[in-house]
Amino acid sequence: MLQIRNLTVAFGPAARPVRAVSDVDLSIGAGEIVGIAGESGSGKTTLCAAIVRNLPRTARVSGDIRFDGRSIHAMSASELRQLRGREVSMILQNPMTSLDPLFTIGNQLGEVLATRCGVSSTQLREREVELLRSVHMTAPEERLRQYPHELSGGMRQRVLIAMAGSTAPKLLLADEPTTALDATIQEEILVLFRELRDRRGTAIAIVTHDLGVIRRICDRIVIMYAGRIVEEGPVAAVFGAPRHPYTRALLASVPVLDGDRVQLKSIPGQVPNLADLGDFCAFADRCPNAVDQCRAAAPKESAFGDRQRVFCWRTDELS
Amino acid sequence: MSATSGPVYAFWRVPPATNDRASPLPWLTIACCAVLVIAALFGNWIAPYPKEAVSLGASLLPPAWQQGGSVQHLLGTDQLGRDILSRLIAGARISLATAAAATLVSGAFGVLVGLVAGYAGGIVESIAMRIVDAFLALPFILLALALVATLGTGFGNIIVVMVIANWARYARLVRSEVLSVKQRDFVTLARIAGVRPLTIMLRHVLPNVLNSVVVLAILDVGRAIILESSLSFLGVGIQPPDVSWGLMLADGRTLMVFAWWLTTLPGLLIVFAVLSFNSLGRWLHARFDPRGQL
Repeated sequence: MLQIRNLTVAFGPAARPVRAVSDVDLSIGAGEIVGIAGESGSGKTTLCAAIVRNLPRTARVSGDIRFDGRSIHAMSASELRQLRGREVSMILQNPMTSLDPLFTIGNQLGEVLATRCGVSSTQLREREVELLRSVHMTAPEERLRQYPHELSGGMRQRVLIAMAGSTAPKLLLADEPTTALDATIQEEILVLFRELRDRRGTAIAIVTHDLGVIRRICDRIVIMYAGRIVEEGPVAAVFGAPRHPYTRALLASVPVLDGDRVQLKSIPGQVPNLADLGDFCAFADRCPNAVDQCRAAAPKESAFGDRQRVFCWRTDELS
Repeated sequence: MSATSGPVYAFWRVPPATNDRASPLPWLTIACCAVLVIAALFGNWIAPYPKEAVSLGASLLPPAWQQGGSVQHLLGTDQLGRDILSRLIAGARISLATAAAATLVSGAFGVLVGLVAGYAGGIVESIAMRIVDAFLALPFILLALALVATLGTGFGNIIVVMVIANWARYARLVRSEVLSVKQRDFVTLARIAGVRPLTIMLRHVLPNVLNSVVVLAILDVGRAIILESSLSFLGVGIQPPDVSWGLMLADGRTLMVFAWWLTTLPGLLIVFAVLSFNSLGRWLHARFDPRGQL
C-alpha cells in the first residue's frame, strides 16, 4: 500500500547537505502495524513528515513515495488534500497541544465529521457520541461539551485517535503517541490502535524510541540510525535474534531489573553529525565489531527468511 | 508552548470565577466605563439642557458649589451661558463614537493585514511589515494636520486620520500571533487532515488571535479618545457646533484664569475616560491572556 523507494530528505547547502533521511526503502502493507524505532535525530519524524508531505519548504526530497501506486510528491494540491484528509491520518506526540483550546471537544469532532466524512448536521451529535464510545471514553455526552483543558492527557489522546480514525484511513502515522502519557495510560492507548486496525483495517506506523511499545503491539519493526534503516523485520525475529550491532546495542540498553538493582547499559559514543556522514556505515564509529571495510563502503544488505533485512558488512560472520 | 500555566479562554466566554472576583476593582472599572457609555448613548435624555442652548444672561456661572453658582447649572456655564454638564455629556457621545469607530475600523483593517502577512509569509509578509513599520514611524500630529489640510475636517476624515495612526499596531500584533499559532500542533494536524489553508486561518488561527486583539482594542479606545481630543484642541478635529472634550478645552483656555471650570472639567473627564478604558483593558488582558504573551 505504502511504498517508499530511495527516499532522501536533505537540508542545508547542496555542497554539504544534511541528510535527515537517507536512501530509505520501506513498504507498509494494508492492516499492518509497523514500529519505527531510533534515537532522537535518527530521522524517524522527518520520514513521517515526508509521507504526509509536511516537510519545511527548505527540504530537498529525492526518491519516491507511493501510496496505492500514486506518487505523493507528484500530487496536485487537491489530490493531496483528498489523501491527507481521508486516506492518511496523523497523531502527534503531545495531546495537550493537539486540540484547539478555544473550542469544545464536540465542536472539533463535529468539524472533522462534517467536513471529512460528510455527516449531516442532524446526525452529527449521534455520530460524535458514537465516535467517543469507539475509543472507550466514559460519559461521552458530557465530554462533547467540555473544553480540551478539562480533559486529561490520556483522554485527549483518545479524542485525537477518534478523530484520526473517523475517516477510516488506510494509514495512520503516530509520532510518539504514548511518550507524553504515563505508563498505565500507554497500555490503554496502544489497545486503541490495535482495535482501530482490527475494525477498520488501518495500517499504522508508530514512531517511537520506546522499544517496549513496539514489542507490545507492532507486527514489524524498522530500526533507523542517522537517517538510514539499519535493520528491519518481523518483531519476533528482530527481538529474538537481532542481527545488526546497533539493534543489539539498542536492545541491550533497555534497562533490566535485576532484583532491586537496575542495570543500564548505554551505547558508547555519540550519534554522528549528519553533515559529516560519508557513504559508509554511519554506526561504524560506535560499533564494537567495525572493521576497515565498514568505514570504506556503504553497508551490504542481506535478507533473512521472513522479510528481515540487515544493513551490515559483517552480518554473516556475526550472526 | 507550555500548557501548564492555566487554560486560555476565548473572549466570547465568561471565564469561571477566580480569586480576583473578590476584588471590587474590576467592577469599579466596568462601572466607570458603563457610565461613559450610557452618557454617550442616552445623553440626549439625560442632559438637563440642549448642548447649544445659549443664555447670555447666565454666562460664565461657576459650578453650583462655588459662590455665585446656581443649582440650575450644576457644573457652571461657559462664556455664552451654555450648560457645561450638558456639553460634557454631549461631548462624551462624540468622543466615544469617534474612538469606537476609529478603533473598529483600524482593528479590522490591521487584523486583515496581519492575518494575510502571517499566513502568506515570504515576500508578501516582508512588504506588509515594512509598510507597517513605516506607519508606526509617522509623527501623528503632523500627519493629522497635513491630512486635514488636504481632506478637510469632518467626522469621516477624523476617523480616516485615526485609522492611519492606529491600524499598524494591530497588524504587527496579529502577524506575530499568527506566526506562533501557526506552529501549534492543532494547526499542523488540521493541515495534515487536509483542511484548506483559508479554513484553518479563519477557523483556528483567527479565534486564537482575537483575544489579544480585543485587549489591544479596549486599550486603544483610551488612546483614541486622547487622539480625538488633541485633534479637536488643535482645531482640526470636531468642529462647532458639535462639541467634544478637546474642543471645550480649546474654547476655555483663554478664560482659564477667570473660569477654571471651562478647562479643568473636560480635562478631568478625558483623564477619567482614558483611565477607565485602560484599566478595563488591563483587566481583560489578565483574564484572556494568563500567560502574558501580549
